[in-house]
Amino acid sequence: MTPLLEVTGLRIAFPGQHGPMYPVDGVTFSVRRGELLALVGESGSGKSLSCLAILGLVPTPGRIDPTSRILLGGTSLPDLNREAMRRVRGRRIGMIFQDPTTSLNPVFTIGRQLEEAVANHFPGPRAAIRARAVELLGEVGVPEPAGRLASYPHELSGGLRQRVMIALALSGEPDLLLADEPTSSLDVTVQAQILALLDRLRASRGMAVVLVTHDLGLVAGRADHVAVMYAGQVVERATAVRLFAAPAHPYTRGLFRSVPRLDAPVDRLAPIPGVVPTAARWPAGCRFHPRCPEALTQCQSESPALRHVGPDQSAACLLLDPPQAGG
Amino acid sequence: MRGPLAEVLRGAWRSPSGRWGLVTLLVIAALALAGPLVLNDPAAMPDVMAGAESPSLAHPLGTDALSRDVLSRTIHGARVSLGIAMLAVCLAMLLGTTIGAASGYRGGWIDTVIMRTVDAGLAIPRLLVLLLLVLVWERIPTMALAVVIGSTGWLGTCRMVRGEVLRLRQMEFVRAAQALGASSGRIILRHLIPNAAGPVAVSATLGVADVILLEAGLSFLGMGVQPPTPSWGGMILDARPVLLSAPWTSLAPGLAILVTVLAVNLVGDALQRALDPRSA
Repeated sequence: MTPLLEVTGLRIAFPGQHGPMYPVDGVTFSVRRGELLALVGESGSGKSLSCLAILGLVPTPGRIDPTSRILLGGTSLPDLNREAMRRVRGRRIGMIFQDPTTSLNPVFTIGRQLEEAVANHFPGPRAAIRARAVELLGEVGVPEPAGRLASYPHELSGGLRQRVMIALALSGEPDLLLADEPTSSLDVTVQAQILALLDRLRASRGMAVVLVTHDLGLVAGRADHVAVMYAGQVVERATAVRLFAAPAHPYTRGLFRSVPRLDAPVDRLAPIPGVVPTAARWPAGCRFHPRCPEALTQCQSESPALRHVGPDQSAACLLLDPPQAGG
Repeated sequence: MRGPLAEVLRGAWRSPSGRWGLVTLLVIAALALAGPLVLNDPAAMPDVMAGAESPSLAHPLGTDALSRDVLSRTIHGARVSLGIAMLAVCLAMLLGTTIGAASGYRGGWIDTVIMRTVDAGLAIPRLLVLLLLVLVWERIPTMALAVVIGSTGWLGTCRMVRGEVLRLRQMEFVRAAQALGASSGRIILRHLIPNAAGPVAVSATLGVADVILLEAGLSFLGMGVQPPTPSWGGMILDARPVLLSAPWTSLAPGLAILVTVLAVNLVGDALQRALDPRSA
C-alpha cells in the first residue's frame, strides 16, 4: 500500500549571518492511511517546522529547499501553486496546535468560526452549515453542542477549546491530521481525554495522524510508527513496538532514561545533559556527539546515515554500523 | 451585545468621564441633526443695518455683524463641522486600516515602501499639507474639504494598524486559519482587522477631535468652509473685527468647539482605558 504522506529529504533553509542554516535538514518519514505516526524529540529538533512545511506554511524568511520531496497521495505539494495549496489546507490536511487559548479567534463565537470553516470547504444553505457545525462539535465530545455555538473562546475551558480546535480541523474532512503537541498545555486528565478522542476519530474516519510530541509516554500503546528527531534530522525510525522493546540510537535510549516508568524499577531519572544545539551551528559529524555518552572519536567528523538495524527499525549511529570490510 | 468588543464599549460607558463625554456628544449630535429643522434659517431675516445685536429674547445668543442669529448659525455650523469630521475620519480609518493591514500582512519590500512613505508623510505638518492642497480650489466645496482632510489623516492609523497586524499575525489563530485554508483576504478581513478594531475605534474617536480643530483652523484662515455656509471656525473669523464690541459672536462657536472636542476626547480616553486597563 502506498503511503498517504511521503516526506523525503525535507530541508528548510533560513538565511543566517553566515550563510543559510537548516533547522530541518534531511527529514524523511511516511504515514499510511489510518496510521498514527509520532514525531518525537526535544524542543528545537524541527518537529513543528516539519509539519508547517507540509502545509506550505514555513514562516518567512524560511524556504523549503527544492531538493525536498513532499508527496500527498502522489501529488507533490511544494510544486502546487498558491491557490491549489490553499485547497489542500484544511481539506486534505488538517492541523491543530499546542495552545488552544491562542488558536481560536477571540472576537468571534465558536459557532461563527466553525460555520465559516465548514462553509469555506463545503458551501451550502445556512441551516445545513449550522447543522454540520453542531454535528462536528458533538463528534469531538463537546457537551450540548447546539448551545455552545454562541460561546466565545474565553468562555470555554482549555480542554473544550482544544476540542473546538479539533472540530475546526475536521471541518474539511481531511485525510491527515497534523497534531502539534496538542496536549502540552492541558491538564493531565484532559490530555488523556484529547488523546482518546484522536484515537477514536482515527478509527471512525480512517484518518491518519501525525502526533508531534516531546513526551514518549504519550506515544506508548498509541502510535504505530515513531520517528525520533534530533537537531533537524530523524535519528531513529521504527514501529512503536520495536522502539519501545529495543531503542537503538543512544539519543532514543537517553529519552527513555529521562521518562519515569511504572513497569520497571528506576533508581533515578537520568536527563540527557546539555541542550539541543541551535540551527546556526549544528555540530560537525554526528549532531548528537557532544551530548552522547557513547561517542567515539570518529563521531566528531563522520555523519551517520539512517540504516536498517533490525526488522522495521532504522537508526543513524556509527556505533550501529556493521564493521568495515577490509581495513 | 456580547463579545470582547461589546465588553470594551461597556467598560467605556462604565467610566464617569466616558459616560459624560458620550452623553454630551449625543446631545450635540441631536442638536446638529434636529436643530436646523426647528430653527429658522440664520440668514432668513437679515436686517443688515441693525448690525450685531446683544443677546435678547428673539436672539438668545445675539446676532452677528450681518445680523444673523448666532444660536441658529452655531447649530447649523455643528452640522457642517461634525459632518466634515465624520466623513473625514471614516475616510481616514478606511485608508489607514486597509493600507496598514495589507502592509503588515504582506511584509517584505511592499511593507518597507509603504512604511517609509508614511514616516515621511508624518514628518510634514498636516496643516501645511492641507493649506497647499486647498489652494487647488479658489473656493473649496465643503465635500472636497472633508475628503482632503480625510485623505491626509490616515498615516498614524496606518502605522498603528500595521503594528497590530504584525503582533496578531504571530498569534496561533492566524496560523490556524491559514492551516484551515483561509485566503489572505479572508484572514485580513476576518481575523486581523476585527482584532485590531479596539485601537482603531480609539484612533477614530481622537481623530474626530483633530479634524474638528483642523477644520476650524482652516476655516478661520479663510481656507476651509466657505461663506455663507456656517462653520464654527468661519464664525470666529467673521467675529474677529467685532471681538471686543460683540464678544458673543465669537464666544458661542468657540465654546461649541471646546465642548465638542473635550467630549470626544473623554470618550476616546475612556475607550482606551477600557481596551487596556494598564494605560489608565
